[in-house]
Amino acid sequence: MKLARVVSHVVSTQKHPFYRGQKTFMVKPLRLDGTPEGPTFVAVDRVQSGVGDWVLIMQEGSSARAMFGEAEAPVRSVIVGIVDNVDLHVEGK
Amino acid sequence: MIPGRVVGRLVASQALAALEGVKFLLVQPVDDALADAGAPVVACDAIGANVGEAVFMAQGREATFPLPNTFNPADLTIVAIVDHVTR
Repeated sequence: MKLARVVSHVVSTQKHPFYRGQKTFMVKPLRLDGTPEGPTFVAVDRVQSGVGDWVLIMQEGSSARAMFGEAEAPVRSVIVGIVDNVDLHVEGK
Repeated sequence: MIPGRVVGRLVASQALAALEGVKFLLVQPVDDALADAGAPVVACDAIGANVGEAVFMAQGREATFPLPNTFNPADLTIVAIVDHVTR
């Protein structure tokens, strides 16, 4: 799973039926120290997160489909947790 | 899912039967400021997107589900047209 920051709310009208009623966010992946790493992507929110939150992202297709109970949902990235705190211990720092 | 902007069309008159009737679009991936990020890609269209529109795409196995014949060799499919993003 990935640590990321919610950047913006993605609003769309014309979309695949699966996305009706789903909240989608643009998220920026983060290293454990909070610095951005890698390209921004879109994720479906399942935990009522908001812009600015640090979140936990699950990126596995069949797990996502199981979560939504839909066998043919075109979804992979799902926000599955809001991160309160990351307690990182690195030797020598 | 990958955000992008449709920048063109691609026509492949000879393609695998499973991709018959599928519209291909050229999509420029974008970052959180909707600025270009990386090289353009070819994506299948499942919702009727047009050139100039912001979209997001499903990748990998999930890209196959929205197409008419679900047993197909697609790995990138447009699943939504983005109206706007709010910070």
